[in-house]
This record gives sequence, structure tokens and C-alpha cells, in this order.
Amino acid sequence: METIIFYVFAATSVIGSLVLVSHKNPVASALSLVLTLFSTAVLFILLLAHFIALIQVLVYAGAIMVLFLFTVMFLNLRDESLRFDAVKVPVKLGILSLLLLISGYFIFIGFKKIPPLNTMVISHPEPFGTVEGVGEVLFSDYLLPFELTSVLIVVAILGVVVIAKRRFD
Amino acid sequence: MTVTIEHYLVLSAILFIIGAYGVIVRKNLIIVLMSLELMLNASNLAFVAFSNVLGDLTGHIFVIMSITVAAAEVAVGLAFVVTIYTHHETLNIDVLRMLKG
Amino acid sequence: MLWVEIGISVVKIALVLFVVLTLVAYLSYAERRISAFIQDRLGPNRVGPFGLLQPIADGLKFIFKEDIIPEGANKPFYILAPAFSLVTAIIALAVIPIGYGFNTTFFGNLNEPIHVSLQIADINAGLLYVLAITSLGVYGIVLGGWSSNSKYSLLGGIRSAAQMISYELSLGLSIIGVIAIAGSLRLYDIIDAQAKVWFLIPQCLGFLVFMVSSFAETNRLPFDLPEAEPELVAGYHTEYSSMKFAMFYMAEYTNMITASALAVCLFLGGWFPLPFGGWFGIDIEKYWYLPPIVFIAKVFLMLFFFIWVRWTLPRFRYDQLMRLGWKVLFPLAVLNLIVTSAIIVFV
Repeated sequence: METIIFYVFAATSVIGSLVLVSHKNPVASALSLVLTLFSTAVLFILLLAHFIALIQVLVYAGAIMVLFLFTVMFLNLRDESLRFDAVKVPVKLGILSLLLLISGYFIFIGFKKIPPLNTMVISHPEPFGTVEGVGEVLFSDYLLPFELTSVLIVVAILGVVVIAKRRFD
Repeated sequence: MTVTIEHYLVLSAILFIIGAYGVIVRKNLIIVLMSLELMLNASNLAFVAFSNVLGDLTGHIFVIMSITVAAAEVAVGLAFVVTIYTHHETLNIDVLRMLKG
Repeated sequence: MLWVEIGISVVKIALVLFVVLTLVAYLSYAERRISAFIQDRLGPNRVGPFGLLQPIADGLKFIFKEDIIPEGANKPFYILAPAFSLVTAIIALAVIPIGYGFNTTFFGNLNEPIHVSLQIADINAGLLYVLAITSLGVYGIVLGGWSSNSKYSLLGGIRSAAQMISYELSLGLSIIGVIAIAGSLRLYDIIDAQAKVWFLIPQCLGFLVFMVSSFAETNRLPFDLPEAEPELVAGYHTEYSSMKFAMFYMAEYTNMITASALAVCLFLGGWFPLPFGGWFGIDIEKYWYLPPIVFIAKVFLMLFFFIWVRWTLPRFRYDQLMRLGWKVLFPLAVLNLIVTSAIIVFV
């Protein structure tokens, strides 16, 4: 059962990401990214990360991607973007194969060094990955980094306000 | 045929490659940003998979941080996109090279 | 035993689907009758006794209408949008519990009694699930607005995206007070924590913010800017006709049901009949059907409230809407959160 779910959602996430990088229409790209993010959320549930999965859907799919879609619609980018997508096919294939080669190398090296090779997905006892478990770790061991992210968000808000307020003329 | 952690790591690598490919090849600024999100998401998957193997929730914390960073990054990035588009009326990153000396 | 559990789940899903879709049909009827009553008219009263068969007539009419796809529309997205809207609206209801459940052996057919809970899925973070799924609902509207290739639809879609992101913040923040008191994200536990007193009383500010935000999230008047008739014809579904149009409408009413059920769960004590005192010693094990009745009655009251507000208040202007969301509701929600957590920590 879990195997089937894994393969189905792995396939949808790969298809979604392929559509994202290849489609001419920005809206289609955004939606395929939503598909990918949603299938990754399902995979997170298979890995017992329930809280992360819900946060993924809530923040990524529910807020960030809506923001993307909002921008695309706000600027009214129809298919005009396809005109300047001028990288030639051999170049594309070259880049892709280079990336594959590099990552294949790292996967190969990495799998030799990491001890828990071939481990199945383990089922941990209840608080693992739930709101309770994650919250406990987050607010004890990682309290300072967590607080620092709020600084990051404040900086981002200020930056956006400054950028949006500025007039170029 | 059971699913092992390797499967998740390979999937994560595939998604990461596709994202990197999008960042390098595509010329539309918005698509580049989206591909960046895809790369972040792929690394999140690897974090969660390792977290499961090691029985340690640190990986989950990393994912929370990375989602926060992604949200901040997208907010700033899209603000730039809107300003650039209203100013230059294009999002082609080959045209936007004013910083070039 | 596994097959019995799967069978029970399938029956529950079918039952919820049937009840919700019927309820949606009769909500449209209720809306027309109540609006007529408020405006001193009669409303639909010709089809069947008191016009009670009107939803069936409407449904038939929707099915037989011509299905128009406008020229220049992005066809796949145009078809996908209403379905997406409706699906996300319906699956959000999966985690809402309406009672304690009961033990049964199915008239002696099973060896040992099996517990049937009165919700489809008991998720550990059920509240987050509802929020996550309802936040996906905006895609249907945005897509519908964008793919119709019409100015009015596009404006409606853009408005809806901005509105929903803005109000989701205050919606989420207003709920955190409840979570802090209940100490759980499971809706079942949250309702159970209200046995002594409804959260409406300690969280009255949170309830106010929650209600206003959920009116905005469900695109109902006074916040129905995405489909404001005088300015945008019909907003994001201007170009839609036939069953696709009906699906958008069903999604809107289903969202209303979800919002009402959530308000009942979080603030109005779920299945507890009075604000104080729980069940007054009634044996709930024996009378297991009492909690669902109380819960559903409360949901109906909330739905009536939704309709009542729609025909009472005028529409906001768009800048007023944004100002209310960011400069009034958001600070109020933060204030509520700070006060609640201070009380929990120090008292």
C-alpha cells in the first residue's frame, strides 16, 4: 500500500516539476509547482512528518504559490514569455546531462558514506513528527534560531515595503 | 518491493536537478524563482527522509526554517519582480543586465 | 475486521457527501426564502409545498443548460477551476467530528463491538488540516478568473487572491488562543475541553475576529468583493454557465458549512448544549445520538446567521476591506493572542 502511494506521488511530483521548467505559460508552471508541493506533502506524511506536511500545504501551496499566481495575474503575463526563451535544445541537453552527472557522482559518493543505507521507513512512536513532538524540540533546543527567523521576517517585510514604496522616476 | 530511504533521496535528487535546470535554462524571472522554490523543496524532502532514518526531529526543524526563509525570499523576490516589470516591461533576465559594467 | 473498518469509512464518506450536497441545495433555497422574508417578499413558493422542491428544479435546469466556453479562454484551466473549488471545499469537512460515536456489533454480526466515530478521519492536527485545505480553495477562484479571458473575471480573481491571503492571517491568529487553552489541535479534544465553559466566553475577541475573517474567507457579503455585482458583473464566475457555474455556487455554500462547523467546534462548544455545565449528567454512552443533534442544530443556526448578515449589511469598498483586515483585525488577533497566553502562563 505504502509502496503504491510512494510511486504515485513521486511520479506526480516529478511530472509537476518537469511541467514547471518546460511550460511556456507562467500560470501552468505555478500550478504544476503546486502539484509538486502537494505530492511532496503526501510523501512527508509517509515519512511520519505530519506537522511538516500540513505546514507545507498551508504555507507553500496556500500562501507562497498564491502570491506567485497573484503576481503573474497582476502583471498579466500571458504567453508572451515564450518569445524570449531562446536557449537552444543541444545546450539544454548539455546542461541537463552535466547536472545529472554531478548529482549522480554525489549520490554515489554519499550513499557509500552514509551508514543507514537501505533502511526502510521506520515507524516511530506517537509524538514523532506531530505538532507536539516538533514543538517540543523547536521551543527547547532550537529556540534561538526560531526567534532569529522572526528577525528575518521583519527584515523581509521592511525590505518589501521599501521596494514597493520607491518610485523610479 | 518496499520503499527505502534511498528512494526518497533519489527522488529528492531528481527534483533538485530539475529545479537547477530550470534556474539555469529559463529566461523568465518568475519561473526562475519558482525553480528555486522547487530546489528548496527537494532539499526539504531529503531532510525529512534523514530525520526519519535517524529518529531525530532536527531535520523537521530545518524544514521549518527553510520554509520560513522561502516565504521571506518569495516576498522580497516578487516585490522586485513587480518593480522590475513596471519599470522595464520585461522579465527576461538576458535583457535585465544593467549591473553589468 | 479491516474490511469492516474500510466499509464503515466508505459509508461515512458517502453519507457526508450526500448530506452536504443536499444541504447545499437547500441552503440556496433557504437563502432565497430568508432574503425574501427580510425584504418583505415571498420568495420561491411554487414548486411543491412552500416551494420545497425548488432546489431539484434548479438542479435539473442547471444540467440541461448549454455549457458555454468563451472564446480565448484557457480551456483546461477553465474546466478545472470549478472542480478544484468544489473538491477542496468538500474534503475540508473530513475531519469535523459531530459526536462521540457509539459501539455496535451490527445486530450481533460481529463478535466484539466496534467503535464507530462520528467523523471521517481523526487526524492529530485536524485544525491545521482544515486551514490548509481551505487555503487551497483560492486556486479555484483565481484560476476561474484568469482562464475566462475576461476583464471582470480577472479582476475578481485578483481581488479574491489578495483578500484571502490577507484574511487567512487574522483567521489563523484568532484560532491560536483556542489552541493554547485546549492544548491540542485535534478538533475532538478541542470540543471536549469546552465541557465546563464554551470558548466563546474566554475568547470573545478571538471569536469576533474569527467570524469576520471567515466571512471574508467564504467570500460572503459584506466581503464579497470577488463577485461584487454592481462593479464586476459576477466577478470570477462571470463567464461560467450550466453545471460549472453550479459547482462554483456549491463550493461557496460548502465553504459556508465548513466555516459554520469550524466556528461551532472552536467557539460554540461543539456538541455541548449550554455554555456551562457540559451534559448535566446525561448518560452520553446510552444517548449517543444527542451530541450530533445538538451539533447540527448549532451549525444550522450559524448558517442562518451567515444568510442573515448577507441580507443586512452593505458591501465594503475594496480599500476599506484591506484596511479592516490589516489595521484592525490583525492587531486585534495579536492582542487576543498576547492576553490569552499571558493569562495561561501567569495565572
